[in-house]
Amino acid sequence: MATANPLGIDLDQYQWGFRMPENYVFKSRKGLSREVVEEISYLKGEPDWMRAFRLHSLEVFLKKPLPTWGPDLSVIDFEDIYYYIKPTDRQARSWDELPQEIRDTYERLGIPEAERKFLAGVGAQYESEVVYHSLKEEWEKLGVIFVDTDTAVKQYPDLVREYFGTVVPPEDNKFAALNSAVWSGGSFIYVPEGVKVEIPLQAYFRINAENVGQFERTLIIVEPGAYVHYVEGCTAPIYTTDSLHSAVVEIIVKEGARCRYTTIQNWSKNVYNLVTKRAVAYRDATMEWVDGNLGSKITMKYPSVYLVEPGAKAEILSVAFAGAGQHQDPGGKVIHAAPYTQSSIVSKSISKDGGRAGYRGLVKVYKGARGSKCAVRCDALILDDRSRSDTYPTMEIDEEDVQITHEATVSKVSDEQLFYLMSRGIQEDEAMNMIVRGFIEPIAKELPLEYAVELNRLIALEMEGSVG
Amino acid sequence: MNERAPDLVIRNLRAKVEDLDREILKGVNLEVRKGEIHAIMGPNGSGKSTLANVLMGNPFYVITGGEVLYKGRDLLEMSPDERAREGLFIAFQYPVAIPGVNFASFLRTALSARRGYQNELIPVAEFQKILREKLDLLKLDPSIVTRYVNEGFSGGEKKRAEILQMAVLEPEMAILDETDSGLDIDAVKVVAENVNQLFDKAAGNLGIVLITHYSRILQYIRPHQVHVMLDGRIVISGGPELAEELEQTGYEGLQAQFAEVAAATPGDQPVRRAGKVFWVAH
Repeated sequence: MATANPLGIDLDQYQWGFRMPENYVFKSRKGLSREVVEEISYLKGEPDWMRAFRLHSLEVFLKKPLPTWGPDLSVIDFEDIYYYIKPTDRQARSWDELPQEIRDTYERLGIPEAERKFLAGVGAQYESEVVYHSLKEEWEKLGVIFVDTDTAVKQYPDLVREYFGTVVPPEDNKFAALNSAVWSGGSFIYVPEGVKVEIPLQAYFRINAENVGQFERTLIIVEPGAYVHYVEGCTAPIYTTDSLHSAVVEIIVKEGARCRYTTIQNWSKNVYNLVTKRAVAYRDATMEWVDGNLGSKITMKYPSVYLVEPGAKAEILSVAFAGAGQHQDPGGKVIHAAPYTQSSIVSKSISKDGGRAGYRGLVKVYKGARGSKCAVRCDALILDDRSRSDTYPTMEIDEEDVQITHEATVSKVSDEQLFYLMSRGIQEDEAMNMIVRGFIEPIAKELPLEYAVELNRLIALEMEGSVG
Repeated sequence: MNERAPDLVIRNLRAKVEDLDREILKGVNLEVRKGEIHAIMGPNGSGKSTLANVLMGNPFYVITGGEVLYKGRDLLEMSPDERAREGLFIAFQYPVAIPGVNFASFLRTALSARRGYQNELIPVAEFQKILREKLDLLKLDPSIVTRYVNEGFSGGEKKRAEILQMAVLEPEMAILDETDSGLDIDAVKVVAENVNQLFDKAAGNLGIVLITHYSRILQYIRPHQVHVMLDGRIVISGGPELAEELEQTGYEGLQAQFAEVAAATPGDQPVRRAGKVFWVAH
């Protein structure tokens, strides 16, 4: 029963350990230098301001120390990483124009299938650049822009320049600086005032060369009263050497607008996944992060929302699964910088086989943010005695007229629950799976159906062999 | 009453809680056939619920002696899920909540297992038809299956949800552990009607062991045999009138009767007296 899923969707064809032979147009040198950064900018044909931004960011990166809190990152060798690979010379507009090899990879990832069903637009990153993009015509008519960020720099330079680096400046942290210096690909989304994009926009990311860092840069601008849901799903093939993924996501949610950003990431178990995600929410705007972290060696990711005007709302849902050799350090950050702002953080972590998973969060309420509300809930499920869970909830509350709640639970799968399910004929491994799926259900139910199924499927695979 | 071999045979069954020395079951004997309803009655702490849990294979208990044969097989060698797939069922006294697990999807997984499906599930349409049929039969509000398993259920909802599971899984031998406890009289009536419906519908293919503290549910479910359990053993067996007698004399009265018979009986043997069997063991 372990592979059955109650939603009845056949995922038996789903594979992700595969990898295609490398066949790149250009491959940069390993290591990071002024020359490498200039070469990236030159090859992309970028305007001077972006080149200057990259070079400035490089200097910030070189000066900034590694974070001293959290998981150990000292083993990352920045000189042993390719910072840019360009898979094809030009953007493919239709599926048929794509090179066969890349098409094969995507077919195994299920993108055409997904598109046939309900995808509106696909931005897929093969290596370090988006090569395939499509967008439903109706939205183009509405003025919605959904392109890879490189294209955006060329086609919408004013828009990009106005917002790029304003939410996450290079000075924010070492990895934000690194991304700012060498970024490539990622999605640029612009939703004009009042436009509601009802079907989620989706993108798939994938690393496919040894020692290739992936530094995508995503920028989303949601104009007043607009709505968009962006979904990013990642699977990665298995490599023998360490790999670095360091993305930056910046989101601007204007008055009365709403944005939801959903991620399911399943990097291979050697990837350092160090991502800076941040949104600014203006008056009565809502920002929602839904974040699932399964793979990677180390994940440090704290989706943030800055609530800068009255009535702004933030919701952060995260789920993390850590198996052997994995350290998941997800969390969330909310800054209440205006009165009557609201936030909710729900974090669920599961650890097994010696894995570490937990929650690291910051809630900051500035003086004057009166009438604000914040609820934090973090639940940890530990599946065996070798695994651990850490919770670091930081609260800095400088205003008295606020409502703040914090709840944390740590639990094990109870024998009583296992026995109950088994007494109905369900085998022990499937019973264990059901309990774990139930644990993350509050977050899984927020995902688009296919992602919920994939998440459950991935967890079932991670759970294999956990019943002795 | 029946010439067929019994489907469930319990012989001198002894059990204890893992970390404790004291036995809770001290030699239980019982035979049940499909098509029969047996009531086991006893005061609190007499071992009734332990017996139910031991039969289902709850790992909290350790078997210290005796044997149980189910359809001719050694039941105690089977895992709980195997027992269930072979048609054994328990309606728990205190069903545990499984947060986040949708009731319908749990039932679908359980029914697929019961039907012997390997790595696949019964088709949605077929399952929904079965589920609707059972909800109708038990006159249950269908919204119950959209909730998480037992989470936030009232006492009555929990008991009725157990009976719904029984209806869907169609067991051959069902142990109902204090299914009447904690319910008001109207709810007892409803649950009893449900059990009777399932028993009638099974047309001889279902045996029921009804564990209860009070005789009130026996006003609605007519047992073929009544057994009185005291201090880890079944001491007196009889027909439905034994429940009525118990109502008159209480457990103390029956205990006194048993003590009297035991004192007059040398050795361990069943003694038949006044339509009852006294299972004397010294």
